[in-house]
Amino acid sequence: MSADVVDEAVPPVTVIECPTRLDFSYTPGVAQSRFLRALERGEITGQRCPKCKKVYVPPRGACSMCGVATEEELVLSGKGTITTFCTTQIPSPGLVPPYVTAWIRLDGSDITSMFLIQECDPAEVRLGMRVEAVWVEEADRKADLGNISYFRPIDEPDAEYETYKDYV
Amino acid sequence: MKTDVLTAPHSIEYTYTRSTGPMIGAFMTGLRDGKIIGVRGADGRVHVPAIDYDPVTSEDLSELVEVADTGVVTTWSWNDQPRSGQPLEHPFAWALVRWDGADTAMLVAVDCGDASTISTGAKVKARWADERTGTIHDLCCCELQS
Amino acid sequence: MRNFKRPVAIVASASFETPSEPSRNEVELLLPVIHDALGQVGLTQQDIGFTVSGSSDYLQGFPFAFVGALDAVGAWPPIRESHLEMDGAFALAEAVAVLQHGHVDTALVYAFARPSRGDLDRTLSIQLDPYSVAPLWPDARGLAGLQAQAMRDSGRFDSVPEVPPTHVADGCTAVVLAVGDRARELTKTPVWITGIDHRIEAPALGVRDLATSVSTRLAAESAGATDVDAAYLHVLYPHQELLLRDALGLNGQPVHSSAGPMMVGGLERIAAAAKAVAAGDARRAVAHATSGPCLQQNLVAVLDATAVLEGAAA
Repeated sequence: MSADVVDEAVPPVTVIECPTRLDFSYTPGVAQSRFLRALERGEITGQRCPKCKKVYVPPRGACSMCGVATEEELVLSGKGTITTFCTTQIPSPGLVPPYVTAWIRLDGSDITSMFLIQECDPAEVRLGMRVEAVWVEEADRKADLGNISYFRPIDEPDAEYETYKDYV
Repeated sequence: MKTDVLTAPHSIEYTYTRSTGPMIGAFMTGLRDGKIIGVRGADGRVHVPAIDYDPVTSEDLSELVEVADTGVVTTWSWNDQPRSGQPLEHPFAWALVRWDGADTAMLVAVDCGDASTISTGAKVKARWADERTGTIHDLCCCELQS
Repeated sequence: MRNFKRPVAIVASASFETPSEPSRNEVELLLPVIHDALGQVGLTQQDIGFTVSGSSDYLQGFPFAFVGALDAVGAWPPIRESHLEMDGAFALAEAVAVLQHGHVDTALVYAFARPSRGDLDRTLSIQLDPYSVAPLWPDARGLAGLQAQAMRDSGRFDSVPEVPPTHVADGCTAVVLAVGDRARELTKTPVWITGIDHRIEAPALGVRDLATSVSTRLAAESAGATDVDAAYLHVLYPHQELLLRDALGLNGQPVHSSAGPMMVGGLERIAAAAKAVAAGDARRAVAHATSGPCLQQNLVAVLDATAVLEGAAA
């Protein structure tokens, strides 16, 4: 660097900050809007592929395996089976460790979704454990997945491995 | 299937810390010092802002050249509705300005009142920020020189 | 790039454009258009050898929207797939190259965008030099104005139109490609891509002569864009058409210009040119697509009713 054009007395600039902000009006689409409206009513809905018959939750309006539109809608019970899980030992905002995050195959669906498991000793959580959704108070419900606070165990025998082995 | 489709405001905001490299760093350092720094290209032309590699031959460039903070407009367009984040809040001209001593032009805002006052070939002078930190914002805009 | 060893034809296409799509997401937008294009030649995704798309997630502010959009294709069993953060026309150029390898005979090319969800002029500024240009948030229309004024100052154009607001539209286009005899099996009217190339100019606006389009001229020379009887040009602002006519050496041929949705418009022009050739409205057409500020990057494709084969077997 030529000293005659750059003042060497102060350190040269070597980095700059590039703050960027873009504002959008987000739309989740037709199928996911219906899913979120159903959550507002306290229902979990899915859509069935007309070709392979798999049920998607949340529905995206298409079967990602077949590439065809999904229209048939069904309401699920809100019960499901833990197909795999993870116990976290480090704190996270609003969560006291150890806490459990699990993949749950909702009854009647063919895809797993991730939820918190509460009202249960983390050491008790296991594959095949039967669980149900715990909803926020009706007055506080919005068109938002936050309507489901977490899942908790229910008094049912564990599901047979054969029934969920494809989802582990 | 009739649906009341949801919409929500959604903002994406991020800050990258970018390394300047030696030549762009020299240009930014120059701005902090109230100077405009270019670099001599393989063909002898002076590029402003200073760049690391020759745009034609891709050779490493290193010969820094200070140019004037006065120059000429090589082309321009009128911006009658400034947007958030742009250099001025009132209508201004975008212009490519070739600083005296440079051979290439760079984008600046020209604070010149209205569109009738600016033309290609107009002489301009840099308006510097009072507090300079080594970013392109140190060079607020240009003013027309009579 | 021309005189392909394996001649490639456009055998089907479909497009959708609307000023603003307020309801459907990317997948819901693409599904009917992809199904339309594939259905025209009786194909399903399982028959497609290579799938490639063009889009930019910044336009709708949905990170990895291009991955989500694969739901509209049906990517199972796993498919050969690629994506460009560019106009779909450049994805088509990649597909033509892949079809030369000889491993696959068909390709699906698609592009989609929903820029109405954001502020397109502002979003496009983040493609500029992050040190000295993007921090000024120059609007796309303002940069286009610099080019229009440079054209006026050059004295080489009779009259240069004012720069209107940036065209904002949502939509998508899908194109199906096939090689040689496979194309002839699929349709009676394959439209052959006899040449295609794209060239890019320096990103710094101040080092370019904005009153000419060297990249378009070079791409056209390489693609063999001569003796055409129609032109389909991707024109984001009206003054750009004058530069493109000049660079392509057009001389009285009908010119069909359109902007289309950002990232889609170029592929849509190629599809429109192919439709015209297939319908017999043109024998040999040139199609163009652009990307970047002030015609920074340009693609030229030549579409012909007849496969031009110089020493290569069909």
